[in-house]
Parts: sequence; structure tokens; C-alpha cells
Amino acid sequence: MASMSSSNLELDLDRPNIEDYLTADSIQEPRGKLRLHDFLDISPTLTEAGGAIVDDSFTRCFKSNPPEPWNWNVYLFPLWCLGVVVRYGILFPVRVLILTLGWIIFLSCYIPVHLLLKGHDKLRKKLERGLVELICSFFVASWTGVVKYHGPRPCTRPKQVFVANHTSMIDFIILEQMTAFAVIMQKHPGWVGLLQSTILESVGCIWFNRSEAKDREIVTRKLREHVEGPDNNPLLIFPEGTCVNNHYTVMFKKGAFELGSTVCPIAIKYNKIFVDAFWNSKKQSFTTHLLQLMTSWAVVCDVWYLEPQNMKPGETPIQFAERVREIISARAGIKMVPWDGYLKYSRPSPKHREHKQQAFAESVLRRLKDK
Amino acid sequence: MGNTSSMLTQYDIEEVQEHCNNTFSQQEIASLYQRFCQLDRNSGGFISADEFLSVPEFAVNPLSQRLFRMVDGLNFKEFVAFLSAFSSRATLQHKVEFIFKVYDFDGNGKVAFSDLLDVLRDLTGQFISEQQRELVLTHVLEEAGYKKDSLLVLSDFMKILGNTGLKMEVEVPVD
Repeated sequence: MASMSSSNLELDLDRPNIEDYLTADSIQEPRGKLRLHDFLDISPTLTEAGGAIVDDSFTRCFKSNPPEPWNWNVYLFPLWCLGVVVRYGILFPVRVLILTLGWIIFLSCYIPVHLLLKGHDKLRKKLERGLVELICSFFVASWTGVVKYHGPRPCTRPKQVFVANHTSMIDFIILEQMTAFAVIMQKHPGWVGLLQSTILESVGCIWFNRSEAKDREIVTRKLREHVEGPDNNPLLIFPEGTCVNNHYTVMFKKGAFELGSTVCPIAIKYNKIFVDAFWNSKKQSFTTHLLQLMTSWAVVCDVWYLEPQNMKPGETPIQFAERVREIISARAGIKMVPWDGYLKYSRPSPKHREHKQQAFAESVLRRLKDK
Repeated sequence: MGNTSSMLTQYDIEEVQEHCNNTFSQQEIASLYQRFCQLDRNSGGFISADEFLSVPEFAVNPLSQRLFRMVDGLNFKEFVAFLSAFSSRATLQHKVEFIFKVYDFDGNGKVAFSDLLDVLRDLTGQFISEQQRELVLTHVLEEAGYKKDSLLVLSDFMKILGNTGLKMEVEVPVD
């Protein structure tokens, strides 16, 4: 495919028009004869650049806003200290205990089931699914997760995919405790990778590698195969491709929307009062992130299972993806930005700049004709 | 972290305010400082090329290279002075001076035909031929009473840009 040739760093050409999101008044259409003034007045372009230097919507998506310190006076400070003692001294050990207990129960059931029921696939899968949901519930309990689920629970049907906005890897655990989804994930190193290759294999997972271009083709094929299989667990995809801070959504990758299946959107919104669940993967490892969650009061969030959507006739996968993103953002009460999440790791494609150059060039040429 | 703590003293803010001729309020300077620290990820005291280009909105701007040359290696005080041209309190003179500086790449106070051509090339890319660019520029220059080899100075820019309303304002978000 032509789009594979130039590196994975290229954004797709048929993206929604970013001009719709940027300041509308910087794009005025002057008319009439061309004058020297029109060439010297580069203020619209400069204003855009200045605006980007002062504040830009992309950086805002990944800003972890630290909570306001409230423990600064003589009454609140001892309360806060008491809170720290309770969180680290009482809650944390209890949670570690719960988690350890959970793991013991899980492993002592999972290993025998996995090894002994090799021949009875249907039963084995059913039990493994239940066990994965169990261990996820233990994880959620270990952060005192208070999750409110709204909407009809997902059911296992072929030709459907679930998509959700992404804030942290715990999104997956929170959703998994209700339904054993199969998921597509970036392969991680360390103990997370170990978990991915052993336990998650049983619910059916697809791996990808962000930095590999050819990977996309292979992954799309695997996705299609999975979705069509009737016995496979429902597939969960996070189309943003990266963790965002739960105040914004970045552009959805179209991979999940061109499989020819029904898309069921899920919106997740965390309540930051107790803890900020955004995993800033540049600043923290997943282990540190989990420990931070286990030493806070609670993880409170709302999960909405929204109405399944199908691609409308005449809609491109990109338009479909944007429409679903709008539904999810509206439900979760978060804003949309026109940037690709992968810009965290790479530079924007020159196509965007060329788009602006083309617009200006065309207006000059047009006015040249109106002499 | 060294001396780039995220707290500015009142003295620091006043010094910066004076340096930019009061074009920004104290609150705006505090906001700009937060932004500066956010962009200056390795806390080097200035924003490097890489850090600027990591802002996609800036990287896709056709004039980003020129602007970057002007803002490269600036410390916070100079960064604010650079941005002061975008303030609503900046004078028209100040804004025209800024535009002049963007054109006057080598900083010798004169803008030649080649400078005009360079900026037009940045703005139009491959969508107009070099020949057409030269033709168009020569034509508008002659119409305005200049010759192709004229060297434009700041007063010329003031004359041309000074009477029509120049709108170049950016709002600094203040929490």
C-alpha cells in the first residue's frame, strides 16, 4: 500500500480539516488587486505561530494537572498527615494483601484449568474468561475502585468491536472486570509483558509495535480475523493509540473503523477528586503508576456503554471514526482536539504545512487573475 | 532542577515586565513562565529546536523556521520580549518592527528583493513557480513606487503597513 512506504511517521492525507479547529479568523479571504501590502502583511501566519508558542491544544492533552495543595494551614496539615498515615500505613498494606490473595486464588485456579482442560476448549475458555474477570476485580479492589457502569452490558457477538477513550492502562482492567474483552495492545517490557504473553493470551490478544510500519498491515489482518470468528471474545480497541489526560480526546485511528463491523463506543471519565488516573508514560513507569493508585484514597470513574454505531452509507472510515469520537467525547464531557496522538513520538507530516502553503498560493494566483 | 524552579519572585516578574515595556500584565508573565517551563522540558533555561518543534501547531506553520531562528536560545526574559509584539498592548510600531525583523534575516536593517522572495517561498512552497513569485513581487513593488533592487527599511514598512489595521494579537491564557 502506498501509505506504508513513507515511514510510520506520516499522517494520513485524508484527515479532517485541521483548519476547522484552529482560529477561524486567521483565514480571511482578501479580494481585489494584489498590492505590496498583501505580501508584507504576514500577520495572520505570525499570529498562528505566536498562538502556538503561547498555548497549544496538543500539549494540553498530555498535561498532568497536579491537584491543588490544600494542606497549607494549621488545621488542614495535621489532617493531611493523618491521611498519609492511613493511606500508606493502613490502606496500602490491606490492598497489597487483597491483591496477593487475589493472585493466589487466580493462579491456583488458572494453572490447573489451563493445563488440565487442554482438550475441552469451550469449557476451558469459559473458565479462563471468568478467572480473568476475577483477577481484574481484585485489581480494581486494590485501588478501592468505585466504578459506575451505565448502559447495557456488552455481549459476545461476531462482527462487533468496542472502542473507548484511553487514559491509562487501568482503563483496560476496569472494563475487563465486567466483560472479558480481547484487546489489542502495545507489547510492554517487564512484568507487564509477562502478564501480556501468558494470561492475556487466553482471552485472545493482538500485539502491535508502534515503531514498525509494516506492522499495520499485519495487525489489520489479525483484527479482521478476530472480529469474524464467532467464538472469540469481543474485541476492545483504544483508537487514540496513546494515553491522554482525560480532559481531551485526540484523533482516532481509523483501523478499528474499517473492519466492516458494528462499533460500540464506551466512554470512560475519571473523577479527579481522589486521584488523577492519567498515566503519563513519559514521567512514570506503570509500576510507579500502580503504586500511586494503591496509596490514594480511591479511583472513581464512570463507564458508559453507548449505542452501537454502524458506518453510514457514503461515510469514509475517518468520518466514521470522528463521529464516534464525538459521541464518546460528548458523553464523557471532554473536548476534542484535531491532533494525532502519535505526534507525541514524531513530528507532523509536511502535508499540513503544504496544505497552508497551497491555500495561500491559490489565493495569490486567483487575485493575480482578477487584475 | 537548578535555578529553574516553577516559582517566580515578585522582583523577577517586575524585571521581566520592565524589559518588555509593560506589554504584559504580571499575571500574564506568570502564565508565560509556566508555559516556558512546560516547553523547556530538560530545564536548560532555554527552549531548544526540538522542544519547539514538538508543538505540532508551531511545526506546521510555514514561517516556523524563520521564527525559530529569532527565538532560539532565548532565556525567559527575552522570550517574553519576543512575544510582546503579540500583546494587545503592543504599539503598531512595535508590531511592524517585528514583521520587519522576520523579513530582515541577516539583521542589517535592510530588506532586499531576495528577502521578500524567501518569505514568499516559505508561504507558498511548491504551489507557485519561482518565476511567478519573482514576477508578482516585481510587479507589486513597482506599483508601490519601488524598484526591484530597492532596499526597504523600517520606515518603508511603516508606510506600507501603518495605515491599514494590522491585527496580530495573541491572548495569553491566565488561570
